[in-house]
Amino acid sequence: MSKTTIKIENLKANIGDKEILKGLNLELEAGKVHAIMGPNGAGKSTLSKALVGHYDVEVTDGDILYKGKSIKEMDAEERALEGIFLSFQHPVEIPGVNNAYFLRTAVNAKRKHEGKEELNSAQFLRLMKSHLEELGMKPDMISRSLNEGFSGGEKKRNEILQMIMLEPEVIILDEIDSGLDIDALRAVSDGINKMKDGKRTFLVITHYSRILDYIEPDYIHVLKDGKVVKTAGVELVAQLEEHGYDAIEEE
Amino acid sequence: MANEGLDKAISGDYALGFEIDIETETVPPGLDESTIAFISKKKKEPEWMLELRLKALKKWRTMSEPHWGKLKYEPIDYQAISYFSAPKEGIDSLDEVDPKILEAYEKLGISLEEQKQLAGVKVAVDAVVDSVSVTTTYSEELKKHGIIFCSISDAIRDYPDLVKKYMFSVVPMNDNYFATLNSAVFTDGTFVYIPKGVRCPMELSTYFRINAINTGQFERTLIIADEGSYVSYNEGCSAPTRDENQLHAAVVELVILKDAEIKYSTIQNWFPGDENGKGGIYNFVTKRAICEGENSKVSWTQVETGSAITWKYPSCILKGDNSVGEFYSVAVTTLAQQADTGTKMIHIGKNSSSTIISKGISAMKGQNTYRGLVKIQSSAEGSRNYSECDSLLIGSECGAHTFPYLESKDTKGQIEHEATTSKISDEQLFYLRQRGINEEDAVSMIVHGFCKQVFSQLPMEYAVEAKALLELTLEGSVG
Repeated sequence: MSKTTIKIENLKANIGDKEILKGLNLELEAGKVHAIMGPNGAGKSTLSKALVGHYDVEVTDGDILYKGKSIKEMDAEERALEGIFLSFQHPVEIPGVNNAYFLRTAVNAKRKHEGKEELNSAQFLRLMKSHLEELGMKPDMISRSLNEGFSGGEKKRNEILQMIMLEPEVIILDEIDSGLDIDALRAVSDGINKMKDGKRTFLVITHYSRILDYIEPDYIHVLKDGKVVKTAGVELVAQLEEHGYDAIEEE
Repeated sequence: MANEGLDKAISGDYALGFEIDIETETVPPGLDESTIAFISKKKKEPEWMLELRLKALKKWRTMSEPHWGKLKYEPIDYQAISYFSAPKEGIDSLDEVDPKILEAYEKLGISLEEQKQLAGVKVAVDAVVDSVSVTTTYSEELKKHGIIFCSISDAIRDYPDLVKKYMFSVVPMNDNYFATLNSAVFTDGTFVYIPKGVRCPMELSTYFRINAINTGQFERTLIIADEGSYVSYNEGCSAPTRDENQLHAAVVELVILKDAEIKYSTIQNWFPGDENGKGGIYNFVTKRAICEGENSKVSWTQVETGSAITWKYPSCILKGDNSVGEFYSVAVTTLAQQADTGTKMIHIGKNSSSTIISKGISAMKGQNTYRGLVKIQSSAEGSRNYSECDSLLIGSECGAHTFPYLESKDTKGQIEHEATTSKISDEQLFYLRQRGINEEDAVSMIVHGFCKQVFSQLPMEYAVEAKALLELTLEGSVG
């Protein structure tokens, strides 16, 4: 039997006064790529926020187990240090904060948490430069301020750069392909595919199936009205494209 | 919510609140002719200085305390303040300084001993405790370059011609209520003279410390950069934690002649009082520079984190053609602190230019006001100014206010003004936390990013100090 990294049990969650997740059950298998698809308003983004402990989301019932332990009460930074990474749909700009300095702080926070030695600036910069090249990013990404004045494509590539350097165990990609041209999409998906190592778990949240041509999913989960209504293999994508979400009935 | 813990995170303890346990000689509170005669005698001043002081006192009695600032405070009883306090034993050299004072300065992160020995980064330091300058390092070495770096009291005795020529030339004796008070009672401060064509080979620094209870600190600093010279000067300040308010009314005068440049940096960390506004320093300071000659340049950089109330406007009179004035400021108000600060740029010379970058950070119940005047006189043909005033709010009880005054008599003068107010957003904090950075580090990272333009103007070792200070002020790390 394969290993479960994340198990979501009967999760109910509100944003403001409105219940968005209404008893959601989902198991993520270690080393696999899970795609979450569903119509607008189904609760896809709320699910990703609930997993990383976002302040907008209030969990009212149910639980989230990560490697068998509940993380429901854990702080956002604690979840991150434990290996859960979210690539944001709209990465926020932070003026004056140097991109490399930020990323080194994050990488070293995680290394410290894992009992590893922290990287000095020289070691870090060497590492960062090699990844920048791989992702087709300009070297000025080192000196620019975090996401400030970045194009949509640059922001998404910067998310992927962070993902690669933080080496997370669970990677949540929230609409990673939105606003990307074909070159950026290819660079981003190459970066993601390189991270597949049979151990890392991916949760790809997407509205469109386009990204799934680049990042081949193992499972498709359909989310409707706050619940997972269907789980199937990649063949479900074609069916969804043809008949839409309306044709999916709760199992 | 993401703001949980933020209040805790920004109520940082004041780490410099210790009291130096030394014997001091303090005059009883009160201010009249005899107090001034006492100070003047203590300082072994010549008669002319005493006369000037008495003239200032007479003038001061006819003036009234100004209240146009956006500041609220209890009336100050000027007769309840002691105007002179000094460590008891006289001091001639560093070796004679009470070890307790040296220890205290080490706690402040400035070891005079060490600095004396360090060959690498040389920083000459003048340290002022209460009313006297206790030690000045490197004076001998500086003398080789013809540079004078000493206490103002020494300068009055040893260099009367320079003092007579320049003191009160930038900030006249009757300039304003607090400057006039200072003119009457100033106790110590620093004097710097850089001769023609000399580039000062090291950073000059003064540390001011108010230690004794119920004393005011009234220092006076005068820096003269003769033609073609350059100096970078830094001042730092701190005071013990006390329940009473203490008054600090300093005057700083900078004179910059043709082709000369002064870079003046301040890290002000006077005791801020508590979250209910109890205690803390009233920091009412007059700082002004005159760019007297062509192509002269002055640059004020200030990081203001302390004081219960800050009321100061380091200003530039740009008299020389092509002269340049710069003002870079970070003012932090947290707890119940109030700051009304900014600058004045007075353009008189042709093609003079000025830059104002002001960053105000307010947290808890802090109130932060930027007040600035840019005046381009009709003689200042082709002059220009660029101003940028940004405010950052942390939490919902604090406030930020901006009052830019612009006056241009030269129709060709260019004035650009930009102002922004932003809040540390939950979204920014969350982004950093999702990358494993804890909340305190995340706040400090965002704040440092906001201050970057100003910190980059500070000399390296002071930029490090400023960052650390900001962390201490805003992050509640146990000192």
